[in-house]
Amino acid sequence: MNNDKLIIGGHEFNSRFILGSGKYSMKLIEAAVKDAGAEIITLAVRRANTKEQESILDYIPDGITLLPNTSGARNAEEAVRIARLARELGCGDFVKIEIMRDSKYLLPDNQETIKATEILANEGFAVMPYMYPDLNVARDLVNAGAASVMPLASPIGSNKGLATKEFIQILIDEIDLPIIVDAGIGRPSQACEAMEMGAAAIMANTALATAGDLPMMASAFKNAIEAGRNAYLAGLGRVLTRGASASDPLTGFLRD
Amino acid sequence: MVKINGEELNVAGKTIAEYLATTNYDPKRIAVERNGDIVFKSQYGETLLQDGDSIEIVSFVGGG
Repeated sequence: MNNDKLIIGGHEFNSRFILGSGKYSMKLIEAAVKDAGAEIITLAVRRANTKEQESILDYIPDGITLLPNTSGARNAEEAVRIARLARELGCGDFVKIEIMRDSKYLLPDNQETIKATEILANEGFAVMPYMYPDLNVARDLVNAGAASVMPLASPIGSNKGLATKEFIQILIDEIDLPIIVDAGIGRPSQACEAMEMGAAAIMANTALATAGDLPMMASAFKNAIEAGRNAYLAGLGRVLTRGASASDPLTGFLRD
Repeated sequence: MVKINGEELNVAGKTIAEYLATTNYDPKRIAVERNGDIVFKSQYGETLLQDGDSIEIVSFVGGG
């Protein structure tokens, strides 16, 4: 399994669990990262506060790749500004593009996301766009220079699971970039299912932040993601359309 | 007046470095944008705040 690397924008990772850092205490980040086995953690960019001297960066273990998002952006231009500010904050070249113009469902604006992806990829960013799973859009993101594609499973923060399963499967089958399922995954079993389908990685935040025991849930997700990955690599057994197939020999019964 | 993170402040004529020195921001943990363009750390000392400028000073917070 040591050769099974996740490669994003030329960078290699062993973990396939991307951890969010929102909506929970900074003091839990170290335990969450450790128990998740995570190598990538997402961050947001906001107006700096002069009152709080604590920085979230002080709580993130060394060697973890920072993945700033562009949350708060309502169009490509704002996303590009946030990405540039994030790079200036000294976190490397990764960026997760998140563009929303609707505050009720928080659905990503695919068209603006394609525009921002193209601009930032040309500036040397490893661009990881969050998107509504649409094959045509995913192809445009590939052409725009994306390093991965991050389709939503269900609305952000909903913990509702793989509502878009069929369409994520199409992206996995047709797009030659890592498909990272982002948003809406609420249970380890859902993460496992997405990995069995061939997803390259899972991003989760709310599922952990709203769990009873955050580090323990991080560990549960880690195990589920590894199980799903191994199942995918092993190749799932076939499903019968109808009838049954005995697992036991059909000869040698204790009767004549 | 200069708008900094949405607040109108009477700091026109100061450089960004001079303004930051009057605040509690940790210069290592912030990034600065002036009228939509990044101001690199190396430019703080030479970038003068002018009347009507719009400045954003940002840092990382938790997020998904």
